[in-house]
Amino acid sequence: MSKIIDDKPRPTIKDRINAAVDATQGSQAWSSIFRPGSIFRKGYTDSPRNRSYVIMNSVLYHLHPVKVKRHAVKVSYTLCLGGLSFFLFILLTVTGIFLMFFYRPEATAAWNDIRNLQTSVTFGLLVRNMHRWGAHLMVLAVFLHMARVFYHGAYKPPREFNWVIGVILLTLTLLLSFTGYLLPWDQLALWAVTVGTNMMGYTPVFGAEVRFVLLGGAEIGSETLLRWYVLHVLFLPFVIVIFMAIHFWRVRKDGGISGPL
Amino acid sequence: MTEIPEHLLKRAQAAREKAVSEPAADAAADAPAESAGESRIPEALLKRSQAAKASKAGGDASAAEAGGGGGVAVADKVGALVTAAPAGGGVPVGAGPGGHTQRLLTVVKSGSIQDVKATPVDKVHTWPHLLAAEFVAALAMTAFTFIFSIFVNAPLLQLANTNATPNPSKAPWYFLGLQEMLTMFHPMVAGVTLPGVGIILLILAPYLDRNPSIKPEDRKFATSIMTVHLMFWAVLVMIGSFFRGPGFAFVLPWVDGLFFEL
Repeated sequence: MSKIIDDKPRPTIKDRINAAVDATQGSQAWSSIFRPGSIFRKGYTDSPRNRSYVIMNSVLYHLHPVKVKRHAVKVSYTLCLGGLSFFLFILLTVTGIFLMFFYRPEATAAWNDIRNLQTSVTFGLLVRNMHRWGAHLMVLAVFLHMARVFYHGAYKPPREFNWVIGVILLTLTLLLSFTGYLLPWDQLALWAVTVGTNMMGYTPVFGAEVRFVLLGGAEIGSETLLRWYVLHVLFLPFVIVIFMAIHFWRVRKDGGISGPL
Repeated sequence: MTEIPEHLLKRAQAAREKAVSEPAADAAADAPAESAGESRIPEALLKRSQAAKASKAGGDASAAEAGGGGGVAVADKVGALVTAAPAGGGVPVGAGPGGHTQRLLTVVKSGSIQDVKATPVDKVHTWPHLLAAEFVAALAMTAFTFIFSIFVNAPLLQLANTNATPNPSKAPWYFLGLQEMLTMFHPMVAGVTLPGVGIILLILAPYLDRNPSIKPEDRKFATSIMTVHLMFWAVLVMIGSFFRGPGFAFVLPWVDGLFFEL
């Protein structure tokens, strides 16, 4: 004989899901991962307090201050050029790491590795294309960012030194692009770099020495490829990250971005 | 012991001297009248204290005196308050008309304690206002690079051969301005001196430009000189990229074709 002993209606699927979500979000593990202000935290509401926590409690977002000047948010003022330069750097790092898995910096292997990457590796061609076009775009973005900053007079006190850091970053960007240019080891790479380094050799007093050190010999060869590879994937990124850190830190210390005009 | 800032000590000293020089009773009596024009004490409070004084004048004399001393005393008249308070004596000092035990002891002008120098700035929360814009920009850039890369392949020419010089041999596009200048100047001037001077001038720009204004209408000279140089540079890069063919001779791209690889 069956008898209804409990009048409560059976929980619907939706109730069960909600209960599960609540239990998960209320668990110690969950709330230890998502700090206050995270939109994934239980009981998140869009309040000024939580908007502040989003920035303060995030390792990535706290590059930014909690609040910024209203005019600084206008896309028409910055055109996002500085941010896009940084974003392209990250995109290039990600795609570059992918490429490193399939590339050996040796004169006998480099070109074949690139060709195999394009023909035999899943998404190899796509990622190489993204790396190449991203690099050109980054040079362009950094250059336009410099022009934007100049036309806004943003290099004026107290931001003089950050402008200097910016010029160094522009130079490092050009060097990163130029060192990467050699790596495919095709005719375009070899002769573009030959033209570039020949000009370097005309530096007064120590031109020949600079060229010798950079090429690892009198002419471009396997040693050059290894040197430029290390410069491209380790040395220059390391240096540019340090300068970028100073650059972003100074933006905040100098009172946020300049303006309004 | 807490260290008291220099300027606060000075201000306290000045206030003490002022209180000593003016007769305390006068100060208490005059305060409402003279402060009406310049004091920062709200009108309503002054009126209330005057009314309280008037009502007490009919009652207990000693309470009235204390009320007068305490009701309108401001920070500058601390001396007056201190000397006046004991005059109230006994227990009922604080007892108001309704038997209230709280009363207005003193109104401290905001300027006498803190002087806020910062001007308020119109600010918005970084999240969502800035982060949303950045996120969209990053997505758009990713989408552009991704789609462009699907349709346009990066060049991969023949294996490098040091014995076969392509004609023309060109540097990467951002150096083509320099290569273009090689046709006009000695390599040391075109390849080292001019770019070196250019970078040094760029670095020195903030120290050379002594004009403090950031308004475009005040910066016509700086803007023009930068524009001239940027345009000069862009034109050189374009000529080097598109108008130079075999032997780095001048060609027209629509006649002889493109000699340019990215």
